[in-house]
This record gives sequence, C-alpha cells and structure tokens, in this order.
Amino acid sequence: MSDNTDKHPPGPRSCPIPIAQYPHVMAAHGGGGKLMHELVRRMFVATLKSPELEAEHDGAVLPVSPGRLAFTTDSFVISPLFFPGGDIGSLAVHGTVNDLAMCGARPYVLSAGFILEEGLPMEDLWRIVCSLRDAALEAGVRVVTGDTKVVERGKGDGVFINTSGIGLIDHDLRIGPTSIRGGDVIVLSGDIGRHGIAVMAVRSGLEFERPVTSDSASVAGIVAELLAAGLEIHCMRDLTRGGLSSALVEIAHKARRAVHIEEKQIVVMPEVRGACEMLGFDPLYVANEGRFVVILPAAQAERALAIIRRHPHGRDARIIGTAVADERPIVTMTSRIGTRRMIDMLSGEQLPRIC
Amino acid sequence: MRFQDEYRDAERARQFQAAIARVTTRPWTIMEICGGQTHAIVRYGIDELLPASITLVHGPGCPVCVTPVEMIDRAIRVAARDGVIFCSFGDMLRVPGSREDLTSVRAQGGDVRVVYSPLDALQIAREHPQREVVFFGVGFETTAPATAMAVHQARQLGVGNFSLLVAHVLVPPAMEAILSAPDNRVQGFLAAGHVCTVMGYTEYEPLSRRYRVPIVVTGFEPLDILHGLYLCVAQLEEGRAEVENAYTRVVRREGNAPAQDVMRRVFRVVPRKWRGIGEISESGLGLREEYAAFDAELKFGAEDIRAEESPECIAGLVLQGAKKPTECAAFGTRCTPERPLGAPMVSTEGACAAYYRYRHAGMASNE
Repeated sequence: MSDNTDKHPPGPRSCPIPIAQYPHVMAAHGGGGKLMHELVRRMFVATLKSPELEAEHDGAVLPVSPGRLAFTTDSFVISPLFFPGGDIGSLAVHGTVNDLAMCGARPYVLSAGFILEEGLPMEDLWRIVCSLRDAALEAGVRVVTGDTKVVERGKGDGVFINTSGIGLIDHDLRIGPTSIRGGDVIVLSGDIGRHGIAVMAVRSGLEFERPVTSDSASVAGIVAELLAAGLEIHCMRDLTRGGLSSALVEIAHKARRAVHIEEKQIVVMPEVRGACEMLGFDPLYVANEGRFVVILPAAQAERALAIIRRHPHGRDARIIGTAVADERPIVTMTSRIGTRRMIDMLSGEQLPRIC
Repeated sequence: MRFQDEYRDAERARQFQAAIARVTTRPWTIMEICGGQTHAIVRYGIDELLPASITLVHGPGCPVCVTPVEMIDRAIRVAARDGVIFCSFGDMLRVPGSREDLTSVRAQGGDVRVVYSPLDALQIAREHPQREVVFFGVGFETTAPATAMAVHQARQLGVGNFSLLVAHVLVPPAMEAILSAPDNRVQGFLAAGHVCTVMGYTEYEPLSRRYRVPIVVTGFEPLDILHGLYLCVAQLEEGRAEVENAYTRVVRREGNAPAQDVMRRVFRVVPRKWRGIGEISESGLGLREEYAAFDAELKFGAEDIRAEESPECIAGLVLQGAKKPTECAAFGTRCTPERPLGAPMVSTEGACAAYYRYRHAGMASNE
C-alpha cells in the first residue's frame, strides 16, 4: 500500500493561507465566517483532497461492500508537535490506521477533527496537514470528513487532532485475544521504545550521537500481506502507550492464557537502551507507534516473520515468545542471565528517576 | 551495548553462581544498600541464583523512600503557593504525604515541574525572575554535589529567586544505625557503587573495623552484584571484615574530590529524620549559614510542619532490612503502586515496588 508515495501529493505546494495576512491562527478562523471557510477550503480540502471532502456536505456518503467493518477513534495531544521521525499529523493517521489493521481490517476512510489554539503559527498547521496527507496516502486511506475548532490562547497545546477510521474486513478470521491457543507463538514486528525516547529526548533536551527517530509508521501494509498470505492470525495488538509489556499483559488477561517471552529476542537500539538506563525507564514500558505483535500457530511463524521482515519497518522482527495453555493469565520473561520474572502493566506514568 | 551487555551475560552469571555455591558453607545475611541494586536483584532474580543459606535483605538506599512524610508535606505547602515554580526529580511526584502528593498539587493548579538536574531548575529561575523557583534537593551523596553546585552558582550569579528544599541524607550513619540496633541481623554489606563514585570508600573502613563486617563496593548490573556477593561471602567464610571494591571500573578509593569539595562548601552535616526510622544524628545535609538565603524552608516558613507516618506502613522495617515487602499485611492489597501507603511502593528504587512489579504482577490479585 506504499506504492503511492513517489507520486507527487495532490494539493497546493506551499501554505495556501497568505502568511503575510495571517501568520497565526486567529479566533475568527473557527468563527464560522469567511476566514473559517477560507481555512477549511484552502488548507484542509485542497490539501487532503478527496471527492467526499470536495463535496462539502455535512458528512461523507460512502459505498460499502459486503463483509464486516471495523471502526475506531483516537485523539492526539502530543507535545512537542514535531519530533524526530514524525509529527502530530502523521501520528494521527498512524495511530488510527494501525488500530484498524489490528482488527484485521483494510483501512478505508478517516475523519479528522482539528482543535487549534489561537496563535498557532499557520506555517506549523500547514506542515502538520501536509504530513497527515502524506501519511494517509502511504497507508492507502483517504480523509473524507473533518472539523475545525479554534480555542482561546492558553486553552490548547497548539493543536489537538482526533481521527476516526473505518476499515473493511474481507476475511472470516476472528482476530482477538480469545482466539489465542496454547502453543501459539508471538512475533514482534521490530525494535521497541523509539517513539517514547524520541519524544522524551526533545522534551528533556537529551542529545544522542545518532539521533533516535520515532518508529511512528503505518503497519497496515504489512498486515494486509499477512492476511493475503492466508495465515491463520489469532490476535494482533499494536504497542502504543504502556509499551510491549502492557500490550502483552492485556492480551494474557483477556485470553486467560500465560504468555512467556525471551528478553534476548527483544531488539532495543543502543541509543534507546542508553537513554532508558539514564532516565530509569524500562524499554518494555516505553511507547511505540509503529510496532505490533502478531500471535499465530507455531507452524506459521516463520512465514509471518519472512513477510514482516521484507518491509523497511519490519527488518528487526523476531519471534519473542509463546502463549501457554491452561495457566494463570500472567506474563513472564526469561532475562538475559537466564532467570525468570513476571511482567506487570505500567502503573501511572513513567517518571524519570533521581539517580 | 558496551558496559551493559558484558555485565548481563548468562554464562558468566552461571560461573559466579557456581563460585558462590562453592565458597558457601554456612548461613549468611547480606544487605545491599542501594535501591538500584535491590531492583536489579529482584528484576533478574539474583537471589534465586544463591544457595538457600544466603539471605539478601534490602537496605535504606532509596532516597525517595527515606524522605519522611513531613518533608513531603513541606514540599506540598511550598509547591502550592502562588508564584512558586516547584522543581523536582520525577520520582518524588507520586510519593504520598499525609494527605496528598505533588501530582495532586499540580492537578489543582500548582506549577510543579519535573527536571533532570538541579541546574535545570536554576536555569528556570533565571528565565522567570518574577517567580520563586524551588528545587527539591533529595538523594544521597550521589545527587548532593549537583544540588550544591546549583546553589553555589545561584549565589555567584545573584539569582535571588532560587531556593532549595533540602532533604539530602548520608549513607554511613544509616549503616551505623542498622549495625548498632540490638536485633541487627546484617552480617555483610554491598555498598552503593554510585555513592562511592562521589565519596570513595575510606569512610566505610572504620565501620567495617568497628562492627567486624565486610563491606564490598558494588555496581548495579547482574554480574556486578554477583561479583560483590561472591567477595562478601568469601570474606564472611574466611572470617575477614574489610572494605573491598568490586566496582573498580567506576569507583576510586578517594572518590571524586571536586564533588566532595562543592558539597562541603555549601552543606553542613545535620540530624535528619528518616521515613519510618526516625531521627538519626549527623545523617543529613543542610545548607550552611552563608547559604541560608537559599533555604526554602526558611523563605516560605515550612520548617515547622510536622507529620507522622501512616501507622499501617512498615517502610521503616523494610528500609532497615528487618522485614521483606511481602511480609507486610498491606502489600498488594491495601498498598499498591496506584494507591500507595508509603514511598517504597512508588519509588522506582523502592523495595516494595520491586517486589510488586517483578514478583507479584498486579493482575494476579485482580482476578
């Protein structure tokens, strides 16, 4: 689904709102008058270009083929708005598209609601909208409806975005924790912890010899190939806030199965490990935005692995563990020194330690 | 990753395990001082690699844990004041005071910020000359030099809107308090590697002689800890009581002289109250007279706040190695990381948090 990327993106090539006139978002841009219409038409409709948006109806009317639909929503409030490897625009697409993919759905359409803070530089908004457009193109999904509000200065954090998405399911698999069987293996799609550390580094002014870039990406393309290969996928889960450990604990609990993983199979980039050591974080709990686990019968694991590894975002995919039948729903891990311990869900937020 | 992978090697861990088993003939109780070491021990299951006759007990070296509840109440009083920017290491935010913690102050509109260094707090003070910026100086000898440096610079630069809420504590007096207790059962210590990076280890030599107890300066990786344990057990078995350094890649006998120097210039040794333990004489650091203008307790009149610990929390016993976290009736039930009774359950270095996180797995209790 990434075959669209080298085409020139549609829409205007530079910020369509005359900067000299409106260098910043103003309250009137959300007021329902001419300014708002100009912003919606020139900034959003012209950039995100879809027949549904261009129709400028109150909502999008969509044809639906037989089968099942997946529907999801997510809100994005990240600070800073721009971080190495992405920004709030691309993140707003990846988050929702990945949630659809985890349901085994092919992302179909998105809505995008923008809450803008008065005073947001127009150029920043332009960059964010372009990035959202590019991410949507790459994920093979189009924005068909949207909304803009402007809040007073001090009542937002630059921009908040909500995206909802509809995905199409054209297979009969029941993908979810309750489909997991004892003996299933767990494949992790790549290295972990990069998104959380990339964002934390910007916030805290940490610097690395080789900058850590967020893993934020759509995994819809990889999932589509896994499904097209006819693999009997039992469960998928993307790793977001709370990291790998929280995802696995949730799965174990819902599936009522024990999950066992091997620490040495989990890839963490040296810079991420270093930052975690320094801040007192555990990479297992650090956020990701382009990583997922897929759980399927052991006999199909190598095929799944080969498919994931063909993708640039999946090069570091590994089989990290197994699901065990008829045990307490806990997650355990064999450490690098060969001992075993339990993995718990993150409690509260990860706070940097004292020493 | 260098300096990490080679200290987490399964084969070498097995060699140390075998070596410790070989030298052990009798039961021994050994305390690791530092909360970072406690976490590594529980996280990697190092205690499970030891012969059954060796008991590890966890020490007082978690700076968050030993900060008494009344100091948290003072922090909350100062942080809630209009115009104050209260800066703290992240760990302190969720430590319960008598009624609330610093995150609740933030939720109620207080300007509470997480910083990574006291010098960041000084920078904030310089950027906001019209606000009062207070840094919560918590920690052992490891963090005290950086706090000292911030105050020292503040005085040199004439930054009058910067002050410190000082809760710094010292390791050797706490060790002495444990050793001199009538029911003490600790026979050997793993000293905290990072404290020794600053202070060196000469100050442990009189302790080791007086109480006939081996003290081994130890690092934080699994193999560091196994190495420290091996040396400690070997001393105990041979009837020796010396200070040894198992963390030579970082620690020198004399420590870091410039760091000690700035500490001495800014701080003096004072009595300090420890959570659940009470006051220990000459166990903390306070600002010297010439830095009194930077003392937040005086500046904001918070020095008279007194508070008692929760009677249900046995933090004091846990911090002195007298009880394991799992021996507490409230562990995992009335006391969890989400609703802690005491600091050891929320600190990233707290013994209770380590047991909860790596051994208990909270969900088991939710079934």
